[in-house]
Amino acid sequence: MSDSVDRRYGPAPLPQPRGPVSTAVIEALVRPPHELPAGLGAEFDPADPVVDEDLQLTLFLCYELHYRGWQGVDEDWEWQPSLLALRSAAERPFEAALRRLVGPLPAVLPGGVPRALADLVAADDGPSLAAALQRRATLAQFREFVTHRSIYHLREADPHSWALPRLGGPAKAALVEIQMDEYGNGRLDRMHAELFRRTLDRLDLDTGYAAYLDRVPAVTLATNNLISLFGLHRRLRGALLGHLAAFEMASSLPNRRYGNGLRRLGLDETATRFYDEHVEADAVHEQVALRDICGALVEREPDLAEDVLLGAWTCLDLEARTATAMLKRWGVA
Amino acid sequence: MTGAQQPETRADIVMCPDGPMLVRGDVVVEDADGTQHRTTRPISAVCRCGRTSRAPWCDGTHKLLTEARER
Repeated sequence: MSDSVDRRYGPAPLPQPRGPVSTAVIEALVRPPHELPAGLGAEFDPADPVVDEDLQLTLFLCYELHYRGWQGVDEDWEWQPSLLALRSAAERPFEAALRRLVGPLPAVLPGGVPRALADLVAADDGPSLAAALQRRATLAQFREFVTHRSIYHLREADPHSWALPRLGGPAKAALVEIQMDEYGNGRLDRMHAELFRRTLDRLDLDTGYAAYLDRVPAVTLATNNLISLFGLHRRLRGALLGHLAAFEMASSLPNRRYGNGLRRLGLDETATRFYDEHVEADAVHEQVALRDICGALVEREPDLAEDVLLGAWTCLDLEARTATAMLKRWGVA
Repeated sequence: MTGAQQPETRADIVMCPDGPMLVRGDVVVEDADGTQHRTTRPISAVCRCGRTSRAPWCDGTHKLLTEARER
């Protein structure tokens, strides 16, 4: 493999380990696929899986094999049975913690799911990272924010694309409508991930895929692992789509603030285009996701209503946690 | 499967409850000043609350108005 290979689209560079399990996994991944040491998964005993560094990095290491892969890692690791078993040992406490977080959900009739989702988002009183970025953040702080978000945005829409083969009918058509927009309708220069790359570039940040993995805390890894968990399990398709709806619904207003913040800091249209595009695009997507995807899904499969709400709730909660952590680091209330 | 009707065809124009007008397709929207705006995406959201910062397109401002109304 050439050394001058384009790193913009992956594979990702292997991160530093964050505990005994991720250490063992990384040591294994750089060797040919083989059976992992027995009992590795039993070492997980996290007080809070969502913020456990070793568990979240292990999950990310496993999941990335299904996305762009890792530099220097044999691609046959993707379905290595002992690694899948380890991943499962990490997913179980993660999913259990998420369900505990949310608690018992109100019973909602399928027809009431769009309203319930809208109420969830409206009631979200997470800290306003967006307001801080609009009005007060320094360039250094904005750059930090962008590096944290880069883990998701350089593969924007990919985790929700997992839903496509799991769906049929009207919900599938509506998801394609959203994803077409996310992927620039097939034009690379309009693909949202590419617009984000230009923002990174304008901020003199590394545009390489997953370049900033070592900088982000467990809770940020968790916001990414959350979507992978939902996306890679058919039984969690309701949660995946509820996540998408909340994600889109909570987007337009903050993105307007992010764009304004960058303008305040003197950045140009190339830098702000990612955020400006999202203000308009997500004003469309949130409407489609709410009714045409989630509404349509639970009409056909009412049993998924609870998971749809789980997906939305966890999207907002984990987002709020990353915002709180960032504001705390900046010494802003 | 009983229950709600599933439309046979997808509407080209959808009035979202407490929200914008969704428009599917490549169209030109003419605003009250006579200025023409061509859609740039397969499905666009046209502002109905009148408070968007990027007319004629929805920018989510209507959600703030709804919240204010419900307080």
